Amino acid sequence: MALALEGSQALARTIALCRPQVVAAYPITPQTHIVEGIAKLVADGKLECEMVSVESEHSAASVALGAAVAGSRAYTASASQGILLMAEVLFDIAGLRIPLVMTCANRALSGPLNIWNDQQDSMAVRDAGWIQLYCATNQEAIDTTVQAFRIAERCELPVMVCVDGFTLTHTLEPLDLPSAEQVDGYLPAYRFHHGLDPADPRSLGTLVAPEHFSEVRHAHHQAMMRAQTEIEQADDDWAAVVGRHCGGLLEVRGDPEARLGILTLGSVLGTLEDAMDNDASLPRARFIKLRSYRPFPAAALREACAGLDTLIVLERALSPGAGGIVGPEVQTALVEMESPPRVHNFAAGLGGRDLSLDLYKRLVDAVLGEDRPKGFAIIDADPTLLPEADR
Amino acid sequence: MLEIRIHGRGGQGNVVAAYLLASAAIDGGRYAQAFPAFGAERRGAPVAAFVRIDEHPIRRRCQVREPSFLIVQDPALMEVAGTLAGLQAHGTVLVDGPEAGIDDSGDNEIITMPATRLAMEHIGRPVPNTALLAAFITLTELMPLTALIDALAERFKGPVLENNQKLVEAAAATIEAGRWREVAHGVGA
Repeated sequence: MALALEGSQALARTIALCRPQVVAAYPITPQTHIVEGIAKLVADGKLECEMVSVESEHSAASVALGAAVAGSRAYTASASQGILLMAEVLFDIAGLRIPLVMTCANRALSGPLNIWNDQQDSMAVRDAGWIQLYCATNQEAIDTTVQAFRIAERCELPVMVCVDGFTLTHTLEPLDLPSAEQVDGYLPAYRFHHGLDPADPRSLGTLVAPEHFSEVRHAHHQAMMRAQTEIEQADDDWAAVVGRHCGGLLEVRGDPEARLGILTLGSVLGTLEDAMDNDASLPRARFIKLRSYRPFPAAALREACAGLDTLIVLERALSPGAGGIVGPEVQTALVEMESPPRVHNFAAGLGGRDLSLDLYKRLVDAVLGEDRPKGFAIIDADPTLLPEADR
Repeated sequence: MLEIRIHGRGGQGNVVAAYLLASAAIDGGRYAQAFPAFGAERRGAPVAAFVRIDEHPIRRRCQVREPSFLIVQDPALMEVAGTLAGLQAHGTVLVDGPEAGIDDSGDNEIITMPATRLAMEHIGRPVPNTALLAAFITLTELMPLTALIDALAERFKGPVLENNQKLVEAAAATIEAGRWREVAHGVGA
């Protein structure tokens, strides 16, 4: 039965169902309600778990790293500046191939200071070597969180579950929580084969000289690429338990016959779908919901784009001085297609700017009749607010 | 789909009001969504929260720009730019104020009720949200009042819950039941 739950509260309860033995986190908007919720479950005796209140995000990630290596299922969560502060440790966790799950309650990065939603924070650690799964709804965030622990532990790779801050974390809606039996049946007890054990002493994270470093990186990359199978399998197997799919690596929605495609990451999808369906005068689009951004599912993407003339890649972050982040990667992946679509690349909804219903029409109007991609733009930036030189 | 915007000031329980209304709708078997528009995170700053209620799953996650109903927790906010923005032609406004009254001189009917005063009487705190919700549900008949009390029972217990329950009943008694029923059910259907 669906319960009326705030996204963060639902996530806290879902994480508890996954039975983490150590949770270390430092509060930061808009992640705070998630860790507050977990802390309350621990304090109320509903979750047996070591809740470590640390002095910084660097420590939060470090404690989670240590706990996972010492044999505990561990979890952390952060956002924005917190992700940046733990960045050093995030690279360590991934490079050491430690199975950890964290939630990124996606938020803009300073400066200027902004507490609202975009995805610049998780994009900033794109190359850390973590699996990154983006959630389009709170229900997907619940289901993806359960799957994330299984993916992490089977692949010996950390998983970042990216959940749009406020838009999902602070939205109350009807949500289905799995039962403890369902999660227990799906998620076996934590085991880490390369952990530290006094009975079988070994070192972890020691200096790796040039003789081996390239091979370590190669193996990490290969493990990430192989994880694609596990991400799809985890979703299929969870769907067999709860009857809901999250889309595996990516999901094709909207009008399958459309020649226009729109690729999105995260929670903007529903607004675009609603806008399209509510106005019959608008051209229809095929939506590609990119769920797994790392590993990047190039082959699945080519398949999803078959038959498209035009593809809009809509993202919630940018690389100043270059343009989009996801757009160029998509374009590279599609080069191998016999007749790839023209790729237009836009960012929108930066720092919490409302992604309104008219965004769909703006996107469509911006590309229809264009024979060549116009180049990256922040499509909802208001030039009248800018000095002449910056327009 | 019915869209409602709640205006208040930080610390007035604006988000809680939105969550309570959506929870009551969801518990009654409908789909609903509630979320805040966070501004400056400090007490007293103007804030807004949004509620959508529908018979079907709600996909959009944009802010409510053209609400059918406004619930305003502080009469001074009626003068603040943006409070009345986008209100639909058939839309109506429920606002807290010192005295009860109905103003139907303009395009949109405005009903004032002494929500803060009632809250002071029953729960001893100047928090108008519960009384306004009780009045709103009474005006629209979107759900039985018991749905609000059930939603309150998920957040409060003991004497606090009992006092809130009395507040709900008192607030509902001050207002004309079903006066906004047509708007609420016409749009929501």
